[in-house]
Amino acid sequence: MKRELTCIGCPMGCRLTAEFNGTEVTEVTGNGCAVGARYAREELTNPKRMVTALVRVVGMERPLSVKTEAPIEKRLVFDCLAALGAVAVAPPVRIGDVILENVLGTGVNVVATEDIGG
Amino acid sequence: MNMKTKRVDLLIIGGGPAGLAAACAAREAGVTNLLILEREDALGGILRQCIHNGFGLHTFQEELTGPEYAARYIARVQELGIPYECGAMVISLSPERRAVYVSRTEGIVAVEAGAVILAMGCRERPRGALGTPGWRCAGIFTAGTAQKLVNLEGRMPGKRVVILGSGDIGLIMARRMTFSGAKVLACVEIMPYSSGLKRNIVQCLDDYGIPLLFNHTVVDIHGRERLTGVTIAEVDGKKRPIPGTEQEIACDTLLLSVGLIPENELSAMAGVALSPATGGPVVDETLATNVPGIFSCGNVLHVHDLVDFVSAEAARAGEMAARFLSGEKTAGERIPLIAGNGVSALVPEVLSKRPEADVTFMFRPRAVYRNARIAVFRGGKQLAVKRARILAPGEMAEITVKQDAFCESEGELTVSVEEVGA
Ligand SMILES: Cc1cc2nc3c(=O)[nH]c(=O)nc-3n(C[C@H](O)[C@H](O)[C@H](O)COP(=O)(O)OP(=O)(O)OC[C@H]3O[C@@H](n4cnc5c(N)ncnc54)[C@H](O)[C@@H]3O)c2cc1C
Ligand code: SF4
Repeated sequence: MKRELTCIGCPMGCRLTAEFNGTEVTEVTGNGCAVGARYAREELTNPKRMVTALVRVVGMERPLSVKTEAPIEKRLVFDCLAALGAVAVAPPVRIGDVILENVLGTGVNVVATEDIGG
Repeated sequence: MNMKTKRVDLLIIGGGPAGLAAACAAREAGVTNLLILEREDALGGILRQCIHNGFGLHTFQEELTGPEYAARYIARVQELGIPYECGAMVISLSPERRAVYVSRTEGIVAVEAGAVILAMGCRERPRGALGTPGWRCAGIFTAGTAQKLVNLEGRMPGKRVVILGSGDIGLIMARRMTFSGAKVLACVEIMPYSSGLKRNIVQCLDDYGIPLLFNHTVVDIHGRERLTGVTIAEVDGKKRPIPGTEQEIACDTLLLSVGLIPENELSAMAGVALSPATGGPVVDETLATNVPGIFSCGNVLHVHDLVDFVSAEAARAGEMAARFLSGEKTAGERIPLIAGNGVSALVPEVLSKRPEADVTFMFRPRAVYRNARIAVFRGGKQLAVKRARILAPGEMAEITVKQDAFCESEGELTVSVEEVGA
């Protein structure tokens, strides 16, 4: 099956066409350089995203900003957001504090990206 | 009036990444009596609200979120014991480098400074600048205001969203609003290309199936008290709406992401010459403005894409201000540069007659150029040349000229871009 995607490797933004059989990318065309081919393979077989989000802070109007320590599978992004929607942290919080351990069994922790309180 | 007066060697106006990096560099260069003034309640500038990742790859070789990047510089400022005042808004600045600020805790205070670094950042173009009709209703925000509401105050501007303009802030907010439970219906761009980064288009729009409509704009706004919808239309080559292409989209929120303008009211007050091309002060290669002892860096000078470059530029401003304070003579005569073919928003815009180091010129390409050649000429002599596979208005380009090249040449300097073919 042919799949179309845009390479994000550089501002050229090459339009890539990849031949993808569901498990493997067999051919990439349209790429200006090798980065594009690698990108198409990864993006089609194992797409990942960093998630940055907000969680509630007990007793405060303002939220706390958090991130996944590493990229997680793209298909889990909304589940990760939902899991974080159920979290409320109590201040004080420091940058790097673990807010949610091993989110959705990915082995990746969600950590605070700012200090709040105390 | 009997005003409290402080005397400092170096005053830094603005506590964003530019002000913080400038302060650290000046302190490291030996300036001990300095002060940062920041009008918000905390240091960090616009980075405080940029909770997404993508900052610091150049400076720290890792990808940080905005608050994390800011925290590293704030920690450094604290380590170095640099004094700062938050909730302190500078309201005037004179050519003699006398500033006045208002603070909740101190009242009205005057500061007499040996040197000043302008680091006030930029602000978004307000909707009034757009010429969009009928916008008295609630529900219209600049993308940055929406970002502040959501990320710093925990409030949602609305549920069904249209974004006008495809600048990076708008793209980032398309994803943030989606993450926060809103439906983003479209991102409408009047130009045939986006000024945003490819990565943001892919990861903020394409990932969530949000359409990006090029050559389209908002031609009408509906709703009395609260926005109920917008009419969009396709535009022709002259950016005029094409009759018959109108479509109405029901929405309760319109976010504007139509560009940034450096915030230079104070600079103008101090007699600093402003550039129509960048909207920021005209500076030479030492980041000095035309007013002796006043320097400028960061987004108040020209709008940057990457905070890493802001920090680097600001550190240089800090060093240069320190040199000025140590009594080094400032450059005398300055020669203007010419932004040649394809070049806009050139910084620096003037050059001292004999630059003391290599000079890097930064600019915005006027259009998309493939297989381009960037060149610096002086009186018919080529001082530097560089090939680039692609140049686009959305990404700042640069070229460096070696110091000795300046010594061996005379006359006008021009920076230009041309396509040379494969
Ligand atoms: C939404 C958004 C997304 C971005 N995404 C990225 C990204 O992914 N990666 C990246 O590298 N860069 C990104 N940037 C760019 C980066 O954040 C900016 O280049 C950088 O913050 C500019 O720093 P600055 O210090 O010049 O300005 P600012 O951060 O705007 O700081 C200026 C400070 O001066 C203060 N100030 C202004 N006037 C006064 C006054 N009169 N008195 C006292 N204080 C005053 C302001 O309150 C502010 O705190 C993004 C920017 C925005 C807006
Ligand atoms: S394929 Fe290579 S040239 Fe094309 S966008 Fe990706 S990195 Fe750039």
